[in-house]
Amino acid sequence: MTDTLLSVSELTMRFGGLTAVNGLSFAAQRGNITAVIGPNGAGKTTVFNCITGFYKPTSGSITIAHAPGHALRLDKMSGHAIAKKGRVARTFQNIRLFNGMSVLENLLVAQHNRLQAATGFGVLGVLGLGGYRAAERAAIERAKYWLEATHLLERADDAAGSLPYGAQRRLEIARAMCTDPVLLCLDEPAAGLNPRESAALNELLLNIRAQGCSLLLIEHDMGVVMKISDHVVVLDHGKKIADGTGVEIRNDPAVISAYLGEGDEDDADSPVGAELEAGS
Amino acid sequence: MKNLGAILKDSAAVAGAALLLFGPFLGLRLGDNEAGSLTLSPRPGLLAAAVALTFAARLLMLLWYQHRPPRIIPVKLSAGTAQAGKYIAPALLIAAVAMPLLPGIENSYIDLGVLIMTYVMLGWGLNIVVGLAGLLDLGYVAFYAVGAYSFALLSENFGLGFWECLPISGLLAALWGMCLGFPVLRLRGDYLAIVTLAFGEIVRLVITNWVALTGGPNGITDIPHPSLFGLSFSMAGGPGTFAGFFHLTPDPKQRTTYLYYIILALALLTNWVTLRLRKQPLGRAWEALREDEIACRSLGINLRNTKLTAFAVGAMFAGFAGCFFATRQAFISPDSFTFIESATVLAIVVLGGAGSQLGVVLAACVMIGVPELLQSLQIYRMLIFGLALVVIMVVRPRGFIATRQPTVSLGKAKLIGAAMLSEGRG
Repeated sequence: MTDTLLSVSELTMRFGGLTAVNGLSFAAQRGNITAVIGPNGAGKTTVFNCITGFYKPTSGSITIAHAPGHALRLDKMSGHAIAKKGRVARTFQNIRLFNGMSVLENLLVAQHNRLQAATGFGVLGVLGLGGYRAAERAAIERAKYWLEATHLLERADDAAGSLPYGAQRRLEIARAMCTDPVLLCLDEPAAGLNPRESAALNELLLNIRAQGCSLLLIEHDMGVVMKISDHVVVLDHGKKIADGTGVEIRNDPAVISAYLGEGDEDDADSPVGAELEAGS
Repeated sequence: MKNLGAILKDSAAVAGAALLLFGPFLGLRLGDNEAGSLTLSPRPGLLAAAVALTFAARLLMLLWYQHRPPRIIPVKLSAGTAQAGKYIAPALLIAAVAMPLLPGIENSYIDLGVLIMTYVMLGWGLNIVVGLAGLLDLGYVAFYAVGAYSFALLSENFGLGFWECLPISGLLAALWGMCLGFPVLRLRGDYLAIVTLAFGEIVRLVITNWVALTGGPNGITDIPHPSLFGLSFSMAGGPGTFAGFFHLTPDPKQRTTYLYYIILALALLTNWVTLRLRKQPLGRAWEALREDEIACRSLGINLRNTKLTAFAVGAMFAGFAGCFFATRQAFISPDSFTFIESATVLAIVVLGGAGSQLGVVLAACVMIGVPELLQSLQIYRMLIFGLALVVIMVVRPRGFIATRQPTVSLGKAKLIGAAMLSEGRG
């Protein structure tokens, strides 16, 4: 039985004469970890930016179904509404934290909309009326929960910019989770992590999935992709060339040729081939 | 010494710049002869001395740089200043409240206090836009003008008093803040600065040229002074005046003191609202906007509303200050709302350390108080003032107080150093 959460259909994105994504269709199932992989320049991040509203697609549609049969068109929403109403959260390839704010503040900013409503849109909050205090306490509890899950609790009062790289990556995920998303989009979460951090990341992502949040990730680290993803979509030159489970993908000739170049199918000992094998 | 050549070359370049600068100022002297016509006489000796002195000073400075031990950026120092802020702020508040009550204080000092406090309030207002939200606004004086003219026109045409007009002025200024906010939502950095600068000039030019409404360059006169529960501060001293009611001798000091406490209260209101907002979602969203706009959007924060509220709240306080300015001066004209006012307020915010409330107070005292207190030095005062500003910016490039206090913490809050903070590109 299929329960589609996110469906992308006939998505095309052109920048002037350049077609970055060309008629792409795929679906992500509820409760799954879906990975989008492909060589550099395949259009992965462009797809992400379309889904999360940073680009307006040239054509095609993107829908999210919070409940079966209850679809929302993400491509018709403005950027912040996708996060607020669409409940799609994301992280960035080059980390974008609020460096000058403390770790805890970063997580409270992520809960802005809920908190802002509790302050009576600013006015009651300034006067000290309304249920803001309770809302803030709840927000801090939620932040503490995700700090614990990302092993950042003891760094809560440090500036986000002062954290080491791996911790900044985890904080970005914690911040995205504080928005209470149904779909978390991760743009190369394992980039720059050492093997131990990478293993801890796998655990964190599986933990997030266990809590009912679906994931969509772009990743180059095949160790992460093959170990945790339920479904893999392979892009090349803006088109989908394969779609299936990790094992199916690894044996797909189109994928191997995209990674290794045409006519090199038998070259399984090359570094990239080894990389594809790494997750087995 | 291996790079003596480079040092000499650098010193010669600086001496050359000095020659260009001092050439017209020191090298030539304008005088008059017996016939009463102007003469221009060269002073090569003085010029040569100035250039030689510059060369020597630069040379010595570079030689010293080579020999001194490497400098450690004083993060501790600024943390110390911010810690001291805990005690400085209440001390300054007590001093500010007590100042006009000191026995024997001259009226002119209270008046200077009123002036400084006006700029403190403007600085606090602009701090919301520039310091918290990171939106560079060079046209802040426009909202000050809107506030002042709102009160002046309402009192001239409808006979309203200061206290009725104060909230109206603030609301109208906030409305204009939003009017400015809409077209500049998508602009960042330099472009935002240019458009806000133009907005400030547009408001001033409209006021100057709409003679039928605003009186144009002649301004508006006879703006009423504020009253205390219906008691005026007239010098006549009859019944219905402050002096008459309390059986005192009429004294201009009474009115100045009253004005002083009004602006102190308004400034403290600005401060209180800002400090409250900073600890709330709206204030945090402003700071997040300064840190990273794209990340804000990905978290579902409505950038348009967040920016507009920053413009509107900042403008509202400028409107209050403008209303106060009009009642204090009793006369306003477009000359009071030139770009230099915007620049002064922005300088106060930058000098104080963007985002720091205490920094704004210190910077306002320096920027407004020092030139006034140096009046006796006449032509040298601006020279000393300029030099002081250069020295401050060299020693404290991010302003007096460059650290940030987190708004919420689990354990003991840790100050965040200037190196982490973004200045905002919005």
